[in-house]
Amino acid sequence: MTPETIDQIFVLSKGWLLGYVLAALQPIGSAILSVVPVLVVFPLLFAITTVLERKGLGRIQNRYGPNRVGPYGIWQPIADGIKSLTKEDIVPRTADQVVHFLAPLLLVLAAFLAYAVLPIGKNMVITNLNAGLLFFFAVGSMVELAVFMAGWSSRSKYSLLGAMRAVAQMISYEVPLVLASIVVIMASGSLSTVDIVNMQATYTGIWPHWFLFTPWGFAGFILFMIAATAESNRAPFDLPEGESEIIAGYYIEYSGFKFALFFLGEYLGMFATSGLAITLFLGGWAAPFSFLTWIPSYLWFFLKLLTLIAAFIWARGTFPRLRMDQLMGLAWKFMLPMTLLNIFTAGVWHFMPTGISRWLVCTFLIVAPWMLLSRGLKQRKKLQVRTYRFAE
Amino acid sequence: MLGVGILKGLAETARNFLGSYVSKDRLTTFQFPEERAPRIEASRNFPFLVYDGADWHEGMRCVSCLICEKECPPKCIFIEKSTDKKPDATGKPQFYPTTFSIDVSVCMSCQICVEVCPFNAIKMDVDFEQSTSDRFGDLLWNKERLAKSNEYYREIHPTEAAAVDAELAEARAKAAGAKVAAVPPPAQPASGGAAER
Repeated sequence: MTPETIDQIFVLSKGWLLGYVLAALQPIGSAILSVVPVLVVFPLLFAITTVLERKGLGRIQNRYGPNRVGPYGIWQPIADGIKSLTKEDIVPRTADQVVHFLAPLLLVLAAFLAYAVLPIGKNMVITNLNAGLLFFFAVGSMVELAVFMAGWSSRSKYSLLGAMRAVAQMISYEVPLVLASIVVIMASGSLSTVDIVNMQATYTGIWPHWFLFTPWGFAGFILFMIAATAESNRAPFDLPEGESEIIAGYYIEYSGFKFALFFLGEYLGMFATSGLAITLFLGGWAAPFSFLTWIPSYLWFFLKLLTLIAAFIWARGTFPRLRMDQLMGLAWKFMLPMTLLNIFTAGVWHFMPTGISRWLVCTFLIVAPWMLLSRGLKQRKKLQVRTYRFAE
Repeated sequence: MLGVGILKGLAETARNFLGSYVSKDRLTTFQFPEERAPRIEASRNFPFLVYDGADWHEGMRCVSCLICEKECPPKCIFIEKSTDKKPDATGKPQFYPTTFSIDVSVCMSCQICVEVCPFNAIKMDVDFEQSTSDRFGDLLWNKERLAKSNEYYREIHPTEAAAVDAELAEARAKAAGAKVAAVPPPAQPASGGAAER
């Protein structure tokens, strides 16, 4: 088998299977054959990620992490799954039963819908929408609705506080998330995720044309990842959950499998935004060097995805949770100006002649405001040694 | 500059992550059932009754004065006093408990019973692996289960036990001296009666 055949093996086998389906049923058969692998692979990835995350966090804190179920604790997700499936499903008596039931389903549904436009390999995308990016952000904002449904219907002050925090945070960070990805739309001139990846999957010598390797692309990637962390409610932006202050936030009243569904939804959301970051800035399924193109494209996508997940876990193991005002301050005082400046820089880059001069100008246009902003934000804060009157 | 502290923090956690694979002494946790941390001498969980000699019933130091039962904050001790008497640790005839039960599901390991006992009869145990599936039978410990030898006490709390042994030896010598001075033994029970009230 040639490398091309291995690369296209899933596309070819889908075509081969479709040959056995009646012509009238072809569209629905095609849809099922595209959707089912996504419904299988990403929850599996979720299971693997949970154990890897717990082990990684353990190592960061100089512990072993889970190591009891199976060799090195690799069967831990199965034990967790059995536990959450067999637990009692409690619905509060005063809860809004229907909304309480629908919220976790809507969350998982919204997370899964986003995968419809993610190219996970060459020719491997469920639908190539010409407004794919817009679709992604549209279904991404459905998560907020699900979270607020969960918080409101539970009829608990903690869940309502958590939902309030979640909605405030997610709406605030959606602005820099979208603005950070606009630079890619400007550069590629397309909203279709497939076109964006195809533009990056070309090489000069051995070097790829990823948007990451431009000043505005690098800044955009960093800003996008910060906003994505906040969008997926992960540490250090996990105020909506806030285990130590509001116990579990909007899903405090959920138990058993619905609780597991919330977790699944959160992780799927994280994978989807990571996948979008890969699509926009890291060249999607494209190999990092031209001589590595013989490795199948879907393997590159999942390798990049796992790297980004590792970065998420690393950040979670490092940073303490932000305060609400710090969270909002970061979004509106730092992220928003930086993303707007980044859009301007991308425009400058486009209209300047190719060469070292536009590199210097664009790098200056990003680094200088960043330093000024960080200095300006620090000056207004009075940093002093904290003194305690009663506890010393 | 914004971001320098973030990078420093990331470097620190990366060092921990990689270091935990290289050097074993970074890992501070014990893999519990297989390996155990050395026990601290002052550790305690539930009380037990000390007895001297070989026979737990004969050697039991408890004289059934009921002070611990009254002082116990969660009221987990239940004692029934005997009608007859047997010699206590110093050889004096005293009452003894016919029933001495501790409900360990109620006991909060506060050690107050130990502090108030004038006879060094009740002490704190260190055995913490007491989980059971029989919540009615196995959590109410009777006299026989609570009785543990003085040798065991010396083994788990050596310093404390040495002090108690010295105190008791002194009391025994005093009692022997008093016996030589020919005080008839039945003259004593008034003290036991006072404690009962």
